[in-house]
Amino acid sequence: MARAALQRRLTWRLAEVTQLVAETPRVRSLVLEVPGWPGHRAGQHMDVRLTAEDGYAAERSYSIASAPDAGEQLTLTVERLDDGEVSPYLTEELRVGDQLELRGPIGGYFVWDLEMGGPLMLIAGGSGICPLMAMLRRRAGASSKVPARLLYSSRSREDIIYREELHRRGAAGSGLEVIHTLTRVQPPDWTGRAGRIDQAMLNDVAWSPTDRPLMYVCGPTTLVEHVADALVNLGHDPERVKTERFGPTGG
Amino acid sequence: MEDNQMRLDGNAIAGLLGELFTAEVTDARGACLGCGAVGALGAQHLYMHPLAPGAVLRCRWCESVLMVLVHAEGRVRLAVRGMAWLDIEDNAERID
Repeated sequence: MARAALQRRLTWRLAEVTQLVAETPRVRSLVLEVPGWPGHRAGQHMDVRLTAEDGYAAERSYSIASAPDAGEQLTLTVERLDDGEVSPYLTEELRVGDQLELRGPIGGYFVWDLEMGGPLMLIAGGSGICPLMAMLRRRAGASSKVPARLLYSSRSREDIIYREELHRRGAAGSGLEVIHTLTRVQPPDWTGRAGRIDQAMLNDVAWSPTDRPLMYVCGPTTLVEHVADALVNLGHDPERVKTERFGPTGG
Repeated sequence: MEDNQMRLDGNAIAGLLGELFTAEVTDARGACLGCGAVGALGAQHLYMHPLAPGAVLRCRWCESVLMVLVHAEGRVRLAVRGMAWLDIEDNAERID
C-alpha cells in the first residue's frame, strides 16, 4: 500500500517510454518507466501533459492499466479518438525512448485493494477495461482467490482490448469468469453474447444482490449510467456500485 | 451534446484537488446541504471539460451544487457552498 506516498501534493514528473504494444487497430499500450513513482492502487488514474513548442499545453487523464506491483514501471492503454488533441499523438507519434510528462497516482474512490475482497463484478465498455484490468492483474499477481466476473462490451471481436490476456486469465480454475458481448458485429463462430449490456443481461451474468458483490463500472457515460441504473433496479446497493464515466474527455 | 454526456464522476476531480490538498479527498464523505445525502465525493456527479476553466460537483441524488472549482490567471478559487461537512481520513500520523 502506498498510503504514505499520498502525503504530498501532486507534482509533474518525467517518464520514459520503454515499450509500445498495439492492442487493437485503435488502441495501444504505453509501457513507461517513471523514476520515483510512489506506487498506486488498482483503479487509480494519472494525468498526462503534452506541451507544444509555443507553450500550449493539453492535459488528459488516463487510467493506469498495470497492477501496483511493477515498481517504477507503469502501463497506460490509450484509445485513439479521431478528433482528439492528445490521443492521436500517444497512439501514433510517440516512440520508444520519448519522454512524457505525467503526474499521479490520482483518485481514491474507484479503487480496489486486495483486502476489500469480493466477489468482484467488473463491467466495462471499450477502453473502460483499463482500470478494471489493473484490478484483475492485481488479483492474479497476488494469487487472490476472490471470485470475479468481468462483463465486457466491445463493438467487434477486433476491438476487444487485452483479448488474449483475458482469455488466459479466465481459464478454468482461475476463479475469474470473462463474459464478452459484441454490440455491432458478431463473427459466425461467436459464442459470447450479442448486443448492448441491459438489465436482462446483467440479471443473467451478475452476482445476485444477496452475494453482496463489489461492482465497478467503467466506460462511456451512457453505458455507465444505464448499467448503474439497471444494477440498482436489480436490487444492488448503490453504495457498492462504483462508476467511472469517460465523458467528454476530448481525447 | 446531451447534458448527461457532460457528466463525470466526482473521482475525476481528484487531480485538481490533488493540486491543493495533500489528503486524498475523493474517498472522503460529505453531506449535501440540499438533501442531506451523505456519500463519497468520488461518487457524486462532476461537470468538467478539458477546455473549461472550472469544474462543478453536484449531489448525485438532488443535483444541488456541492462545490465549484475555478482555475484562472494563476489562482484557484474553491467554493464549497453546498456541503454541510466533509469527513477526511487523518493520515498525519502516517507520514514516512
